Amino acid sequence: MAFIKNMLDKMKPTFSEGGKLSAFGSLFDAAETFFYVPSETAKVRGAQIHDAIDSKRSIFFVVIALIPAILFGMWNIGYQHSLAIGCTDDCCGMFGQFLYGLAVMLPKIMVSYAVGLGIEVAIAQWKKEEVHEGFFVTGMLIPMIVPVNCPLWIIAIATAFAVVFAKEVFGGTGMNIFNPALVTRAFLFFAYPAMMSGDKVWVNEKYMDCINGTVDGFSCATPLGQLAAGEPVTYSAMDTIIGTIPGSIGETSFIAIMIGAVILIWAGIASWKIILSTFVGGALMAFLLRYDGAQNFEWWEQLTVGGFAFGAVFMATDPVTGCRVEAGKWIYGFLIGVMAIVIRVLNPGFPEGMMLAILLMNVFAPLIDYCFVQANIKKRAKRAIVK
Amino acid sequence: MSLFSKENGAVFTGPINLNNPVAVQVLGICSALAVTSQLKPAIVMGLSVTVITAFSNVIISLLRKTIPNRIRIIVQLVVVAALVTIVSNILKAYVYDVSVQLSVYVGLIITNCILMGRLEAFAMQNGPWESFLDGIGNGLGYAFVLVVVGFIRELLGFGSILGFQIIPDSAYMDNGGLYINNGMMTMPAMALILVACFIWVHRAVNKEENK
Repeated sequence: MAFIKNMLDKMKPTFSEGGKLSAFGSLFDAAETFFYVPSETAKVRGAQIHDAIDSKRSIFFVVIALIPAILFGMWNIGYQHSLAIGCTDDCCGMFGQFLYGLAVMLPKIMVSYAVGLGIEVAIAQWKKEEVHEGFFVTGMLIPMIVPVNCPLWIIAIATAFAVVFAKEVFGGTGMNIFNPALVTRAFLFFAYPAMMSGDKVWVNEKYMDCINGTVDGFSCATPLGQLAAGEPVTYSAMDTIIGTIPGSIGETSFIAIMIGAVILIWAGIASWKIILSTFVGGALMAFLLRYDGAQNFEWWEQLTVGGFAFGAVFMATDPVTGCRVEAGKWIYGFLIGVMAIVIRVLNPGFPEGMMLAILLMNVFAPLIDYCFVQANIKKRAKRAIVK
Repeated sequence: MSLFSKENGAVFTGPINLNNPVAVQVLGICSALAVTSQLKPAIVMGLSVTVITAFSNVIISLLRKTIPNRIRIIVQLVVVAALVTIVSNILKAYVYDVSVQLSVYVGLIITNCILMGRLEAFAMQNGPWESFLDGIGNGLGYAFVLVVVGFIRELLGFGSILGFQIIPDSAYMDNGGLYINNGMMTMPAMALILVACFIWVHRAVNKEENK
């Protein structure tokens, strides 16, 4: 690995101020800190917390935790496609299905990274700042939370919108109020509803038409789509846990997401309190609504379908937009779970409520923090007064 | 003082650019969000506000020495309400379809902050001709923002300008093309973001004056 270090050191003067390629300085800086932890440390002033991994390294753990869900999502694209066409072409084997999914998925990942990083690098260069690492995760999340048939140019527009209006106008990574990946999805959801919901978008459409060209008995609708339409759900509970159902690319497999959750919690990146309380809140609300007669779906099945698990593990735990006070995390997660199920079951306009629930609670996270901090100050002030 | 002196020119052009009621003073935002989903209602609304601001300015300016100070707001409201009623009826008579689209927002011009602001801040202290120029300038400054926002929203949200289809039918996904209209543009939330972008560009261009 030493040759990368030598190469970077040799290239450094060219990209520094006054060098030939100084216009791309921020890009070089991003690559250098991506490969190696920067040697300079913060100035010694006041209290400091030292950790062996800096934010680029910790961000990378999230991408690693996403890998099971990505790989499963790729295979599922091919699997759903071969189910839909009755498996008449040559991509029927497991490996063929995976390759098919890879070919569908890769352009989405590339577009998301190219647009997002392009804007981030341009803004960093213009403001003479470093490129921040937050987009490594956002760029991977965006292709995972869109339906497989979402056109690339729409993903590009939505990514650009989210990076500029959800992140850069607030001051870049670490300053944003809303999770940028969810803003991308919300923009897509409201701007291009035909591409984000219904039963035509969840299975790759090549060679087929979900309305009249598929094999008998194959459904192109997601479980939540069927629930919202008042139809019986045609997927078994096992299907929804393993993930062999139509849906947004990364969200279908409960098992793959849970592997990611274990990695995140083990590495200390995500808060287990938020994940657990989100599931508790969702389960409680689904349980109440189940026996209220508002829906005909087992309460625990609500937690395995749609984006609930994906949102709870990868979106709600975003350290920037979530709660920071430890006790507040319980309330934050619990209300996300409750809101998600309430929107899902009681609002006929939205088959899925996880996105809106997390965005709503992002708004309230600073308020929850504030209340807990003030309560703590009050408690301590009372203790400190000596008559 | 001549009618077209330099000071009067500044009274007229100021609100159109450097002292724009929407972009700089951030007034009249509600109606700017509500009526700009298409260009035609945006233009009609802009012109209505221009006419009402100009003439209410003139009337109040003529009355400014006789209005008792303690009831001036009520007098101003009566004048504006009378003008709004006239404009509303003219719209109903000649451009009925736009008047239906604008619905309550023509009536709500009475509560437009730009109007009350100009009457209080300008017409109560200045002569009728200056007040007239000020009213026209502020109205046009408001109309300018509305037209820009309405243009972008109609083009991207409906693919048309003033009702004429700009983006060819064959480009749409339903007809085998790639393009889809942006549904977010038809919602008021996007108008807020577009107004914000307008303010952003405006401040970036006029950096020196804003310091």
